[in-house]
Amino acid sequence: MRLEPREHTPLWLIVTAPLAAVAVSLLLTSTLVLWAGEPVTTAYALLFKGAFGSRFALTETLARATPLILTGLAAAVAFRAKFWNIGAEGQLYCGALATTWLGTGMLEAHPAVLIPALFVAGALAGGIALLVPVFLKVRLRVDEVVTTLLLNFVILLLVNYLVEGPWKDPMSLGWPQAAPIIDEGVLPRLVERSRLHLGLVVGVVAALAVWLTLRYTVWGYEIRAVGQNPEAAAFAGIGVGATVLRVALISGGLAGMAGVTEVAGLKGYLTLDLSPGFGYAGIAVAMLAALHPLGVVLSAVFLAGIYVGADSMSRAVNIPNYIADVIVACSVLSVLVSLMLVQFKVRLR
Amino acid sequence: MMDLLDVFATAGFWAATVRIACPLIFATLGELICERAGVLNLGIEGIMTLGAMTGWMWVYQGGDLWTGVVFAALCGAMFGLLHAVFTVHLGLSQHVTGIGITMLASALSYYTFRMLLPESSTPPKIVPFQALDLGWLSSMPFLGEVLFRQTAMSWLAFACVPVIVLVLYRTPLGLAVRMAGENPVAVEAQGINVFAVRTGAVMAGSALMAVGGAYLTMSAFDAFYFGMVNGRGWICVALVIFASWRPGKALLGALLFAALDAFQVRAQQQVGAFIPYQVFLMLPYVLSIAAMVVMARKARYPKALLVPFRRGDRV
Repeated sequence: MRLEPREHTPLWLIVTAPLAAVAVSLLLTSTLVLWAGEPVTTAYALLFKGAFGSRFALTETLARATPLILTGLAAAVAFRAKFWNIGAEGQLYCGALATTWLGTGMLEAHPAVLIPALFVAGALAGGIALLVPVFLKVRLRVDEVVTTLLLNFVILLLVNYLVEGPWKDPMSLGWPQAAPIIDEGVLPRLVERSRLHLGLVVGVVAALAVWLTLRYTVWGYEIRAVGQNPEAAAFAGIGVGATVLRVALISGGLAGMAGVTEVAGLKGYLTLDLSPGFGYAGIAVAMLAALHPLGVVLSAVFLAGIYVGADSMSRAVNIPNYIADVIVACSVLSVLVSLMLVQFKVRLR
Repeated sequence: MMDLLDVFATAGFWAATVRIACPLIFATLGELICERAGVLNLGIEGIMTLGAMTGWMWVYQGGDLWTGVVFAALCGAMFGLLHAVFTVHLGLSQHVTGIGITMLASALSYYTFRMLLPESSTPPKIVPFQALDLGWLSSMPFLGEVLFRQTAMSWLAFACVPVIVLVLYRTPLGLAVRMAGENPVAVEAQGINVFAVRTGAVMAGSALMAVGGAYLTMSAFDAFYFGMVNGRGWICVALVIFASWRPGKALLGALLFAALDAFQVRAQQQVGAFIPYQVFLMLPYVLSIAAMVVMARKARYPKALLVPFRRGDRV
């Protein structure tokens, strides 16, 4: 058996690849369900019911998908340019810090002014968080993977200091959390009696904007060119350093906006457990979408469903909710293989 | 300020330095072996978590300490094999695969821990490796406490360094590993299988990472906590760059780093009233970045690092 590169990959194959990867990872994870002594079909039925089976479940899933769309886009844009930004978690918290700084009384304005201002501030903060790694990469050739990863821990400790120290809300009964966002800054609910908020719309619009930018603008062309072959891009007169900087600012900005949606939309205030790893899960979202901005929306909803469904399932049957993380991790690995297989024909000889 | 410098005169500080360095020595050497063969292994953070869980769980379930270490190493090697199948044999992105391995290994560790111990609010404990009593050596003042009251696993960590130096620089196997990271085509021309060499190196390196994780639960502490690896894996990736891919310098880097970490904890107690403790906790991560910046200009990456090898490709 050997693999031959395809000259042209049909669209249906590219769409099938992530689906196949998901199926494979659900199949692999079912061994863990069996180990827990529960019937696989019942467990998965409970999972999908908990994720999509009712109005409440659906709004919860979409609310969870909101930050994942933004961190997924952050990873997708960066990985397109082969800029390995693994720091979306930290950038998310930077966005959350900016939101708290601006939204807890610093700026008092009509929601139509304050809410956009919060998103701009969050995006700027997220972008700024990436300036150091970009500078180190472009000027000193320091690998950005390690710097972005390590900065996640530094930023989280900064948040820890602020919510336990100067920014601690005196009204919080001793809990380490910052003061709540003022009413004008809170993102309006999309559905009554649910946690689904305006952030979802922002996420979908951002996905559209990123898609249009990558597809139809010179910037997008340059980003894709730098990702595919930096030497050739430089030879064609594209400023590689400037493009990397631009990618980083977009990527960090998107992740920062995820921090805005969580603080101003979901929670209303900054805490230390604001993000249960949305930054890292964004990488899975982007991979499952084959780095396509519109695919990110779908894969974010799907992965959010896995997380929400697993929580609900683990309350019903005796399966730890860490199973969601296993499914997500398996999908990352299996989608890598399936996307590779799509590019080749299998020839038996 | 004088109080702060007095820290260096206490045996406790130096003993802590040795203790903190050990898991880093294991894991840094493991990453170094992988990268020397041309494969970046970002699975390190997850594999350390896995080693910490499996080694501890083996002992908790009634196993013996040393077989626990071996079991952790085997589990690490299995994930190394998975990483190698993806990056070496299929030639997939080493970055994304590594992150995927980290996610999978930590998720599986947590799932397994919760499955076997569903209800434990306080983490259960095991009897970990005890400090070895070396007779008169251990009862020496100062030096005795620093060097000769360490656990057997600490000795193993330090013993790994000369062994790996010997294997890497003085044996045909080590030559093949280093060559696979510099010029895989030349390895192929020698009639040596590049895929086998790289797979072996990644498996061995991952086993070492897992032992580094196991050190945390079986020698440094006696229990497994969620999130206990806490970025140590990423710090080791930075230490490999700091060491410019040399085992001797990796030992030096790990010790230097551990000394700063031990100092940081003690400085917290001394000047904690003036400076928030989070600043001290940031230091290890900031210093790792700083160390990479200092060494980046001189860094001599293995030439074929991150480059998948395909048979028959032209150079």
